Amino acid sequence: MSANSGDSPAVSGLDYDDTALDLTLALPGSDHASRVAAATTERALAVGWPPVRAYRRNALRDGDAGGASCRLVKVAADGAPYLRKVDLAAHGGYAALLRALHAMFAICGADGQEDAGSGIGSGRLVDAATGAEYVPTYEDRDGDWMLVGDVPWRMFVESCKRIRLMKSSEADNLAPRPSSQ
Amino acid sequence: MGRGVGSRSGGGAAQPPWHSLPDEVWEHAFSFLPAAADRGAAAGACRGWLRAERRSRRRLAVANCYATSPRDAVERFPSVRAAEVKGKPHFADFGLVPPAWGAEAAPWVAAAADGWPLLEELSFKRMVVTDECLEMIAASFRNFQVLRLVSCEGFSTAGLAAITEGCRNLRELDLQENYIEDCSSHWLSSFPESFTSLETLNFSCLDGEVNFAVLERLVTRCHNLKTLKLNNAIPLDKVASLLRKAPHIVELGTGKFSADYHPDLFAKLEAAFAGCKSLRRLSGAWDAVPDYLSAFYGVCEGLTSLNLSYATVRGPELIKFISRCKNLQQLWVMDLIEDHGLAVVASTCSKLQELRVFPSDPFGAGQVLLTERGLVDVSASCPMLESVLYFCRRMTNEALITIAKNRPNFTCFRLCILEPRTPDYITQQSLDAGFSAIVESCKGLRRLSVSGLLTDLVFKSIGEHADRLEMLSIAFAGNSDLGLHYILSGCKSLKKLEIRDCPFGNKPLLANAAKLETMRSLWMSSCSLTLGACRQLAQKMPRLTVEIMNDPGRACPLDALPDESPVEKLYVYRTIAGPRSDTPDYVQIV
Repeated sequence: MSANSGDSPAVSGLDYDDTALDLTLALPGSDHASRVAAATTERALAVGWPPVRAYRRNALRDGDAGGASCRLVKVAADGAPYLRKVDLAAHGGYAALLRALHAMFAICGADGQEDAGSGIGSGRLVDAATGAEYVPTYEDRDGDWMLVGDVPWRMFVESCKRIRLMKSSEADNLAPRPSSQ
Repeated sequence: MGRGVGSRSGGGAAQPPWHSLPDEVWEHAFSFLPAAADRGAAAGACRGWLRAERRSRRRLAVANCYATSPRDAVERFPSVRAAEVKGKPHFADFGLVPPAWGAEAAPWVAAAADGWPLLEELSFKRMVVTDECLEMIAASFRNFQVLRLVSCEGFSTAGLAAITEGCRNLRELDLQENYIEDCSSHWLSSFPESFTSLETLNFSCLDGEVNFAVLERLVTRCHNLKTLKLNNAIPLDKVASLLRKAPHIVELGTGKFSADYHPDLFAKLEAAFAGCKSLRRLSGAWDAVPDYLSAFYGVCEGLTSLNLSYATVRGPELIKFISRCKNLQQLWVMDLIEDHGLAVVASTCSKLQELRVFPSDPFGAGQVLLTERGLVDVSASCPMLESVLYFCRRMTNEALITIAKNRPNFTCFRLCILEPRTPDYITQQSLDAGFSAIVESCKGLRRLSVSGLLTDLVFKSIGEHADRLEMLSIAFAGNSDLGLHYILSGCKSLKKLEIRDCPFGNKPLLANAAKLETMRSLWMSSCSLTLGACRQLAQKMPRLTVEIMNDPGRACPLDALPDESPVEKLYVYRTIAGPRSDTPDYVQIV
């Protein structure tokens, strides 16, 4: 569905020789090949097609089906010389994520047991060597720094941009969490 | 207590002796008629039977929540103990119905609370269930035992807590594919320590973490627990612990079932599964865990149902696992199984009755090697196969004809070729011949979904041959009004028809208006309908509700629009309750 460059309206600044006016439903600036590909697949444009339940579609997206989706975010630990990356989509919940963070920064959990019931309210991480306490925090889509563990896991995976293991002395500025029973 | 009304056939003829039997006798007789259709037929015989039947009806299924008002249903059937109500149209599953459309469970719960104090079971599908509903259920029915919520929304774990706390005789809590808000409320802990009656617990759709210690204690003390379906937050080693506490389990949903390989954990799992001698149904969102699959080879032979439709396991490990499941009757998988995997299913699962193959990458280009071959193989070798849902990327008429010949016993055939209007990939022809073969051969077909390139001719075949067809789904098919006319003027048993993106217009709709009253509902979206025809239809058929959906945010009053205005979404259903009063702005009843 591309207009002949000779028919284009007289808008100054556009180089009609290079950029054909492609009337496809794609964002401006995306490259020509992908626009054509998008236009030819009706499936991509039809709402609710193929008929896969929304629930299943969401599960596929989160579940890393065939390696298609992953949610790599940077992890910084105060005092560590370099950053790491962790794939949020590869973990089933907060407990699993904390275990991964332990392994990454050679930091032990505050208590050795996994108590899923209390979420990660007690999830301060302790550096075995120095005894320093760390609090896991993350930056969300709005740019705010939040305490890890407050929102449902899936919501966290969607909104987390990066993680910072904050030294607990600094973390005292964050609002105290209600105690979980 | 009452005498039946005399037979209509003779004014002065003596009444048959059974007319003097009291109603209780008939009520007892009807209790042996479990099928709703049979009871309905009995109720139509005479007033006496009508009276007896409605008073003795224990199970009520309301397939469209707007077909009747809740109060009327409760009044008509005062002795109901188990009720099932369905709400939104089927295409709501695929996002075609905007939010806040309706289908609120609240009026049903309120009416039930008033009229059915002895209610034991409640099941809602595709409805909006609020926390208040759940609280009312917990407070109103002292012998409440079974709550089943399928594809519902509007409630949170706080509402669940009301159920677990308040329903002392709860046997089943079955939550399937609902959107549940996680309020971190301790619904699981709200089961009293003295509570032991649970037989079914399914919280697989719950996102949040649960307190494992509480879960373990619950499982330990509920000796009758037969079905346990965990969510993805339960780690693998905990699954093993739970199985040791509940070795009599019949149905298990494992959750994510994902962990790095560790020989100790493997041994734990193997031992735990070895103890589950009664396990028959298994499901889970197995996340590429080939290392652990062999831990439960021991249960394979006993399995009758395997649901791996959320599992990303693929390749040889998956096939090795399935090749041990000789007694499978029901198999749900992703297309990651590929053709050669289905060939193994074909040669292994001789008792297979139902197969569903879902797309792992529905919106992508697709590298998966699943084609028509897989379905042909399974149809050829599984003599009891009667229900199929198959997503694939290519099909041929020859394959469909072969399938039809091999399996005339299909009752449900749903084929979804991912790309709309895809022709036979070898001949480039339409798939009319293939689907015609299916309906001609499968005389017992009750449900059909068609796809690929199709002309009006396939609908001629369907209209003529699909005598038992009750539900038909059509998308991106047909050439003209004729297609729809063939369907509506044929298909003797049609109850539900859903159509999208087809060039069907007003004429066949109006010409077959009477047919619509014999059906439960009709959905048409992105077809060629205009407002004028809908107005005519509504006027002609007062017992139908004709609903039109505009773009939310463009709530233009219908009266202002001319007859020629196109109708984007139409939903028509028969009702004895008149037009509903809970429509959102974007829904107009004509």
